[in-house]
This record gives sequence, structure tokens and C-alpha cells, in this order.
Amino acid sequence: MSEGISRREAIVRTAKAAGGLLAASAVGTLAFDRGGLDVERRTGKRVVRDFGVPREGNLDLVVARHGEPEALVRKAIEAMGGMRRFVSRGDKVVIKPNIGWDRIPLQAANTNPVVVATLVELCFDAGAARVTVTDASCNDPRRCFQRSGIWRAAHARGATVVLPVERAFRKMRLGGEVLDEWPVYTTLIEADKVINAPIAKHHNLAGYTAAMKNWYGCLGGRRNRLHQSIDVSVADLATFMRPTLTVVDAVRVLVRNGPQGGSLDDTRRMDTLIASVDQVAADALGCTLIGRTKDDLPYLRLAEGRGIGTTDLTRLRMREIEVA
Amino acid sequence: MKPRPVIRTLVWLRRLVQGTCLVLFLFLLYRTEFRGTFGAGANEPVRLPYPVEAFLQADPFVAVMTFLSTHTIYRGLAWSIAILALTLVFGRVFCGWICPFGTLHHVTAWIRPKSKGLQRVKANLTKGWQRLKYYLLVVFLAAAVTGSAIGGIFDPICVMVRAVGLTVMPAVNYVADRALGRIDASNVRTLQQAADGVHGALQEVLLPYRQYNFHEGWLIAVLFVAIVLMNRVIPRFWCRALCPLGALLGWLSRFALFGMEKDHSKCTDCNLCLVHCQGADSPQGGVKWRQDECHVCFNCEAACPEKVIEFRFFPSRKSQLDSAELDRRKVLATAAAGAALLPVTRVADSLDVNYHDRLIRPPGAVEERSFLERCIRCAECMKVCPTNALHPALFEGGIEALWTPILIPRIGYCEPSCVLCGQVCPTGAIQKIDERQKLGIGQPPIRLGTAFYDQGRCLPWAMDIPCIVCEEFCPTSPKAIWVEPVDRTNREGQRVHLQRPRVDPDLCIGCGACEKVCPVQDRPAVYVTTVGETRSKTNVILLENTSYTSAE
Repeated sequence: MSEGISRREAIVRTAKAAGGLLAASAVGTLAFDRGGLDVERRTGKRVVRDFGVPREGNLDLVVARHGEPEALVRKAIEAMGGMRRFVSRGDKVVIKPNIGWDRIPLQAANTNPVVVATLVELCFDAGAARVTVTDASCNDPRRCFQRSGIWRAAHARGATVVLPVERAFRKMRLGGEVLDEWPVYTTLIEADKVINAPIAKHHNLAGYTAAMKNWYGCLGGRRNRLHQSIDVSVADLATFMRPTLTVVDAVRVLVRNGPQGGSLDDTRRMDTLIASVDQVAADALGCTLIGRTKDDLPYLRLAEGRGIGTTDLTRLRMREIEVA
Repeated sequence: MKPRPVIRTLVWLRRLVQGTCLVLFLFLLYRTEFRGTFGAGANEPVRLPYPVEAFLQADPFVAVMTFLSTHTIYRGLAWSIAILALTLVFGRVFCGWICPFGTLHHVTAWIRPKSKGLQRVKANLTKGWQRLKYYLLVVFLAAAVTGSAIGGIFDPICVMVRAVGLTVMPAVNYVADRALGRIDASNVRTLQQAADGVHGALQEVLLPYRQYNFHEGWLIAVLFVAIVLMNRVIPRFWCRALCPLGALLGWLSRFALFGMEKDHSKCTDCNLCLVHCQGADSPQGGVKWRQDECHVCFNCEAACPEKVIEFRFFPSRKSQLDSAELDRRKVLATAAAGAALLPVTRVADSLDVNYHDRLIRPPGAVEERSFLERCIRCAECMKVCPTNALHPALFEGGIEALWTPILIPRIGYCEPSCVLCGQVCPTGAIQKIDERQKLGIGQPPIRLGTAFYDQGRCLPWAMDIPCIVCEEFCPTSPKAIWVEPVDRTNREGQRVHLQRPRVDPDLCIGCGACEKVCPVQDRPAVYVTTVGETRSKTNVILLENTSYTSAE
């Protein structure tokens, strides 16, 4: 006679078998994949980042000419009503220069480091709690940040200089005409105030670029596709990013071979700086530095049509100052 | 009886030195990456702050091999004389004390050993196959004499740099990225901030600045893991059987002043010495000690309860064997095989004919034949390249060029003002050029190749869509990529203004920036091939650059 198993063991084994089957069924039901080619649906709400401050009673745009970079920035900001107009005590400020290229300051492909450093200092003087300087570079960021001179200059004035890292880019819904969902560089937009600090330069496809095109630096992903519709994408970006203040460095200007240059022969010393609360106006004025007019730049017309700013400089409270 | 205090001290000292050297090696490898600093001014040349290639420069196998192929000792390789000197005094202390790969084997064979007792004693008996490494050394040195530094494939330091630098470190970063990325995706703000903080901190001490990928790196990883796992079967299999550096130092150790003396009469055949032996060098009584296999770890003397073993200067040579007893015919045969390597590989179609169009060498690389004389495939250049442009070749340059550096522009382009690959190259395969030489300030620039358009894929050419990202990224001044303005009517009947890009072969430096940024994702519409590279007098397009005045 064979030895049977105990009743207890029989029950336990049956229960285990039943439990296993139940678990498998549960997984099969819950994780069932129907298949098919469902495309990811856009869910996020459209995001606009407006860091603007009220405009009443002050100038909208100042052009400072003929002076050392530091003096140009100080005088221009002073004429705009001082940095206190833009930065309040305890603010977290982000300054976004152009740190796109592995070039030294003389080559004028990146924003002048003295301009950036002076802005950092003015922000702290106005009571900023923290000033972050960053950009999503085109060339290797470590080289761009160091060789542009911006890392050292901004750090010396107490700024937090942040190298862009992959994890800082998060998908957002810009809701633009060509730019809908894109990875956005969050370090740039997690702030109370944002100062756009581009450098004016020649660009073969867009003609002239400075303020509005500088927002390419807040995108990650496949930026190389934007060129296929450069004017609309620039306008889309400027719709998304509305800075507190725009400061266009035109101390040295790339007049050809932009946006990288590479030779001193490509640059011309202009000792000029534009401060503006209207980024469209800043570009409408800036493009005249390299002999273009606002009609040469379709992205200006697009931006104006969307009410981001104006290209009609007569409608602005504007002043030109001689610094030297 | 307890071992002499000096031996116990030496064993601990050895462990300390081993740990220190391994950590130092890993630190230098980790810092074989330009991090950038706020301390440097804009005009300071970009260089690495540490001598990251130090271990390779101290490697006598690299020095001897490249001396035989080039008849010169390249710069820092002179440091290898220090290791030679050490070996001539103490024997193979490099293997037992310094070599980071050796320490890795030591540790993997020691942690929870698979074999115990008698099994382990047997595993540590001297075996005939330990001679294999000497034959390998002969093969590689003979190949070096004929002009190939292919032995670098088996150099232990090269193996470590290549495997850890190109596969282990990037893999660790990949895992960290994915794990922290999961937390990042949680959309809980505090969690995200914590993950970002952890990630940022790790990037300061452990992780690289970005994710690097390497061409067919899996092969390097698989071989590395296999070699390391061999320790579970045969302790220190690599060191005993394969390592050509160990063989070279073993051969030299016959002249060492320091060594072991055995008092056979005291031996009780307890075999405790063999349980802990690293080199399988017959430390036990009754047989002759093999100085050339000994790593001088002192484990045997520390374990010996009967004072049979004593390490000392000028030991009596009675109880030792200082040669590996190689078979002369086999040595001649392997030397012939090594010497035959070069003609066999070169009559294939990789060098003199049908040179691969994508065998783009790093900036400052010497002419291909000299390059193969020098390149030890240590992968320092690939590890340091900030744009991840340099990769270990598979068979693009034939079997002879396995794991030598090639530039794959689609993954990363050559940053025009960067000269770090030359800075870290220990053998001068990539020369130490400066920025002025590379950019061509007051001299012709260094060209890696030439860019070409595939007009059937290029947006303005084939599809009447504006683009010219390539032109924007072209770093030369004036730009090598120029645009031809055209007005076209597209299919919908709209007028489109287009700029169609073209390459000026006179200005193109072959950096590959255009290829890297081309928006045609899978196969770019602009690509670089090697033709026009500065280092070659024959791989040329233009008549004006063709000259037979120099010896070729």
C-alpha cells in the first residue's frame, strides 16, 4: 500500500496551486496588451512663461553706445530705471547668455563675459537671493562655458553657473505653430525673473539673430530640425518665453560667418548695448547694426502679429545714451 | 611558528599598495575627461589637470614594443624604466603589488574562493601552460619588430583602460541615469529634486558628465568579463597564462637581486604556501622555486609554519629555476608567426588597397603605417574625447587595426580647438599638437577628411525645404560649407527661397560637425570620409595637394 500524503499537506498544495493560477490570471488580465499602434496623446496644458514686470512710467528700450562693456551695462540699466525695477529682494534670477560655441570672447560668438558678470552683480545689488547663469550649448558645454570666459567671470561675482545636463530637460507643451511638445531646459525657467542676455550676430539662414533666437538655448532634443522653419520656430519660442529684461550685447559683433565666426576678421567692434523690455523691439533695432532692416527678418513680423512686442520703435519710450 | 614580523608587515603593506594603486588607476581613468572649471580663463588652453596616462607610461611592455616598432622611446614612456629597475631588484613586484588588473584578479580569485583545500593547492601548482604568455610575448615583440603594436590588445593596462573606461564606466552611468530617471519621471517635486541632487553629487565623484557610447563596445566587455571570471576556475589565469607584460617582467626577474631561499629539509609538505600562492611559482619544499612566475606577494612565507621559505637579497640560487624552460623551436616558430602577422594582414585589402573611407583617425594622428607602429589600443583617446567622437574600430582597418581609434562623426564630431586625445596618447600615435597647429593659425590646419553631400537626401537639394544646419555648425572661417541661393517653385506652386549647401574641399577640415547635426536622422545627407586627411600623402583628392617630394 502506498503511503498517502497527509490531509494538511494536500490542502496546502492545492491552495498553492490555486494561488499560483490566480496570480498568473491576475497578471494576465491587468497587464494584457491589446496591441495596435496607438500614438502617444498630447496631454499637457500649453505653457507660457511670462517673467515680465509692469512697464508703467519707465523707458522700454535703451541703447548705450561708446563705452567699456561694464559701463555700458551699468548706464543702460540705470537709464531703464535701475535693476530694482526688474529684480526684487529675494528673487531667484536666471541669466541666459549665449554660451553656444567653443569660442573665446574676442571671436564674439558668445555673450561678452563682462556683460554677463556685470548683470550678475547688478542682480545681487538689487537683492536677488540667487543668480543662475546657464545655457544649453551647441558645442560641448564644458568647453563653451570655460572658453567663453563666462564661467569664470560669472562665478567670480557669485553666480551659480550651471552646466546643462540631460536630466534637466523635461517635455513641455509649448503649443506653438511648429513647436508643440519639446524637451525644455528647466533650469532656465525655474526662476522668479529671467534676463535674456544674447549677443548680436550674423546668421546665414535667419539673417540676424540675438534676443528671440537666443531661446533656442531653452530647448533640448533635435534642435537641428528647427531650421526647416526657422522664423516660425523663433516666433514660437519667443511666444513661450517672455523674459523680464533683454540685454543685447553688441560690444563686438559677428558680421559674417555667423553664428560661430572663428576669425577676428569676422567681428567688428561696436561698443553698443541694448536693454529692452520688448524682445521684438530689441531685435528690430539690433539688426540695423549689421545692415539689416526689420523687413529682412520674417520672425519679427510673426512675433509682432502675435502681440509679443513691436517692431515700430516710434511706439516705444526709448533713449539713446553716450557712455564715454 | 609565526612568520617573521617583517613579512607580516610586508603582506599588509602589499595589500595597502595594491588597493592604493587600483584606486589611483580608477581615479585617473575617471578623470580622463575634461570637466571644465570656473578657475580657468577664456584663453587658457584646455588640458587635463592630472597625468591620466601615467600607468601606461610606466608600462615596460608598451615601451619595449613601441621601441622595437619605432626605434624610439616616446616621451613619458621613459618612466617605464622605473618599473624595469624595480623588477631587476625585486622581481615581478609590479604584478603582485602595482598592476590594477592583477589586483582585480587577486580579489576575484580570493573572494569566497570556489576551490578550497587540496583543490586549491592543485590549482596553484606550476603548470606547463603558464609558458603560453612567453610565447605570446614573443609573437607580439616579433610583430612589433615588423611594425605593428598589436600586442597592446593583450597589455593588461590597455585591457583595463579599454574595458573599464569604455564599457564599465559608461554602463554604470547608464544604470544610474535610468534609475534616477525613473524617480524623475514620478512628477513628485520633492522626489525629483532629491534625485537631481543625488545625480549631481554622483557626477562630482563617480559618474561622467554625460552618457558615452562606444562602437561595438560589447565585445570588449564580454572578453573582459570572461577573463575576470576565469579566476573562479583558475586563480589569476590571466597573469599566469596570458599576460605579455608579466612574461616580460618574468624574463627580467631572472636578474633580480631579491628572491626566495628554501630549506627543503624543514618542509612537512603541509602545502599551506600553495593555498595562498598567486603566481603558481612552486614555493613548496622539494621542488625548485620559479622566480619568473613569482609575484612577490609574500603569502607563502607568511603562511609557512616551518620556516622553509625565506625571502632575502642575494638568495642562494640552488633551489630556484630562473628560466621558463621554453622550447627553442617553439620560440622560433612563434617569432616567425608574429613576424608573419604583418604581411598576412597587409596583403588583405585594408591598407595599401581599398583603404576604408570611414577610417577617420584622430587629429594629430601620424601616417597610417606609423600609426599602426604606435597605437597600442589603450583607448585613452576615446575615453577623453569630450564629444564621444572617437571609438574602437572593429574591422574597418582590417584585423590589424582592431580597437584602434576611429572618429564616427554621426556620434560625435571633432571639436576644432580640442587637442586632448594627443595629450593623453602615451605612444605618440596621436602627436601632442597644440591648438594653433590644429586650427592652422599661421600654418595649414589639420584635416581629418572631407565632407560630401548626398544630394538625394539633403533637404534643400532634394525636397526644397530650407535647412543648412550644417553651414551653421561648420567651424572654419571662412566656412568650408557655402550656400548657393536658389528660388524654386515647389509642388504646391509656392515660391521657396533656398540655400543649397556645398563643400569647399580646400577649406574643409573633416571635423564632422556637419554630419553630426544633419537632421536627416538615420543616414545623414552630409558625411565625412578620410580623403584629404593631412597625415596621408596619397589619400588625396586635389591635384594641388598632391606631391611626391616627400618620401612615401
